[in-house]
Amino acid sequence: MSVLVVVECDKGEVKKSSLEVATYGAQVAAQLGTSATAIAVGEATEANLAKLGEQGISKVLYDNEPRLKDFVNNAYTKLIATAAQQEDAKVIVLANSNVGAAVGSRLSVRLQAALATNVVELPKTDGGQFVVKRGAFSGKAFSDVVLSSDRKIIALKKNSIEAQHEAGKTAEVTAFSAQLGDADFADAPKQVVMQDQAGGILLPEASLVVSGGRGMKGPENWNLIEDLAKALGAATACSKPVSDVDWRPHHEHVGQTGITVSPNLYIACGISGAIQHLAGVNSSKVIVVINKDPEAPFFKAADYGIVGDVFEVLPKLTAAVKELS
Amino acid sequence: MKFLVCISNVPDTTTKIAFTPDNKEFNKAGVQFVINPWDEYALTRAIELKEANAGSTVTVLNVGEADTEPNIRKALAIGADDAIRVNAAPTDAFFVAQQIAAIAKEGNYDVILMGKESIDYNGFQVHGMVGELLSIPTVAPAMKLDMSGNTATLEREIEGGKEIVQVNTPFVASCQQPMCEPRIPNMRGIMTARTKPLKVVPAIGEAPRTQVAEFALPPKKQGVKLIDAANAGELIKLLRNEAKVI
Ligand SMILES: Cc1cc2nc3c(=O)[nH]c(=O)nc-3n(C[C@H](O)[C@H](O)[C@H](O)COP(=O)(O)OP(=O)(O)OC[C@H]3O[C@@H](n4cnc5c(N)ncnc54)[C@H](O)[C@@H]3O)c2cc1C
Ligand SMILES: Cc1cc2nc3c(=O)[nH]c(=O)nc-3n(C[C@H](O)[C@H](O)[C@H](O)COP(=O)(O)OP(=O)(O)OC[C@H]3O[C@@H](n4cnc5c(N)ncnc54)[C@H](O)[C@@H]3O)c2cc1C
Repeated sequence: MSVLVVVECDKGEVKKSSLEVATYGAQVAAQLGTSATAIAVGEATEANLAKLGEQGISKVLYDNEPRLKDFVNNAYTKLIATAAQQEDAKVIVLANSNVGAAVGSRLSVRLQAALATNVVELPKTDGGQFVVKRGAFSGKAFSDVVLSSDRKIIALKKNSIEAQHEAGKTAEVTAFSAQLGDADFADAPKQVVMQDQAGGILLPEASLVVSGGRGMKGPENWNLIEDLAKALGAATACSKPVSDVDWRPHHEHVGQTGITVSPNLYIACGISGAIQHLAGVNSSKVIVVINKDPEAPFFKAADYGIVGDVFEVLPKLTAAVKELS
Repeated sequence: MKFLVCISNVPDTTTKIAFTPDNKEFNKAGVQFVINPWDEYALTRAIELKEANAGSTVTVLNVGEADTEPNIRKALAIGADDAIRVNAAPTDAFFVAQQIAAIAKEGNYDVILMGKESIDYNGFQVHGMVGELLSIPTVAPAMKLDMSGNTATLEREIEGGKEIVQVNTPFVASCQQPMCEPRIPNMRGIMTARTKPLKVVPAIGEAPRTQVAEFALPPKKQGVKLIDAANAGELIKLLRNEAKVI
């Protein structure tokens, strides 16, 4: 019996959300009195995979097949299913990402496993039950879900737990092959197009986010958002109407019908705080609201607030951040 | 081309979420239910593709009890040709996926479209399960879908970018913006929807593998701490020294 964690790698690095997954998997393994093995997907380096020991992983399986560099649903599913069988994995942990959730749902059918996505905490395993807490109702609630199959799959919500770093510990990296053939790559992407990310920080992974709404008045003012984001090392986001009129790209739109973020800090600039917007951000640890209207509903969901004009406040904040460092 | 569009019946996006006193169920009292907003992209795109490919049909499918019928009729009013309701409470994603897969197989549907995820249970999983049950590809989440004969070209969103994917029918795709501009029903649509066929069928398949033990609301916030705009830099100090997030 073991716990298998799926780590996604990009340009040689293990993604931040996968470091969280590795930490979570190692803690579940400790709870169950077993060890955690990782299976790596994407473009990885052996040195970075060995460093997964710092998160408590004892062994890393890696298939050097070059076509696994990009996400291929069937190939990834077969790879992970094969690893799960070899390792007799009772619990599989993935990131609740567009890769992890897509693979997790196929795996759950193939391995007859119970699947919980959007999981936010370690499982409760007393009394022979296996119960996980997951986010539901677009961030407006949680549910405790009992997973009743022998095998369980957990997709961990990003930023739900802090990745551990126990310096000096290394994992053993082992070559692994699922004997993938051409048929497994039939649904491989024809082309992959990456967007320029502000400051190179991916919004869904970011621990700090600066976000702008209609109160920013127009795309020509976004330098104010970007300057603060850059000074903080934050990603940028926006409200739905902002992306609807193309001031900002769609992948930055957060909310009930956009992406959900759960950073340590969310700074909302000129956003009113409609319930659909809050649904995408209300699991942020700290929320800061800057709005000239003291009655803006967002203040009710905020930890810190400034009643004021974004055009005056934002440059002051950027200057104050620069003074810190 | 036969399109199957799966729609989920969810609380309106402005709903204040509340549970029954034992916290075991969502409290439906006074709640308005709508077609899951993501599923509207699937529905409208299917109708657009039907209009562009003569002889095509669009069937909507919902797994739910009789109270979902107003929204099924709404989908018919928007332009679907007929509807199927699997008469059961959708108590678990795998249970729902089994129903959809069985109907897709029996009806020989070419294109199975869904929304990215339900806004109530936020599973993001039914599409992958259906693809696996039918051994066909799933593209999720898709931002663009074009068809040429039996080949579909899709844009799939990945963290930080997109992939261009080509698949042949049959396949499953889950849809999101900016795929199309979701349509709303017009008067003529509403009139004709009343007489379009809506078939009710019993559920099949295995028992659910997951059960909700309890729901909970997030902890209440402490209340906002206001900082004077003239002294905005103070906020950054608080974020470092008090909140310790930067
Ligand atoms: C089905 C459905 C789904 C939706 N999904 C989403 C979603 O996923 N995400 C989302 O964001 N929205 C969503 N919406 C839209 C949502 O209801 C709101 O309309 C939207 O969030 C408002 O965006 P906003 O706050 O940028 O703009 P507004 O509501 O117009 O607010 C602008 C704010 O800026 C302030 N302001 C103006 N000038 C200044 C200034 N100089 N300095 C400081 N403050 C200033 C104003 O006081 C105001 O509070 C959805 C709506 C529906 C019906
Ligand atoms: C009374 C009740 C009890 C429940 N108990 C549990 C429970 O114990 N455990 C648990 O995990 N969940 C429970 N649920 C939630 C139920 O599991 C979800 O309806 C189901 O999992 C699908 O939602 P999802 O978020 O997983 O779908 P997603 O995977 O997010 O949905 C993707 C797409 O699948 C399609 N789809 C989803 N649901 C349907 C549907 N019903 N009909 C047609 N198409 C659909 C839509 O196109 C949707 O956009 C319960 C629901 C109800 C009503």
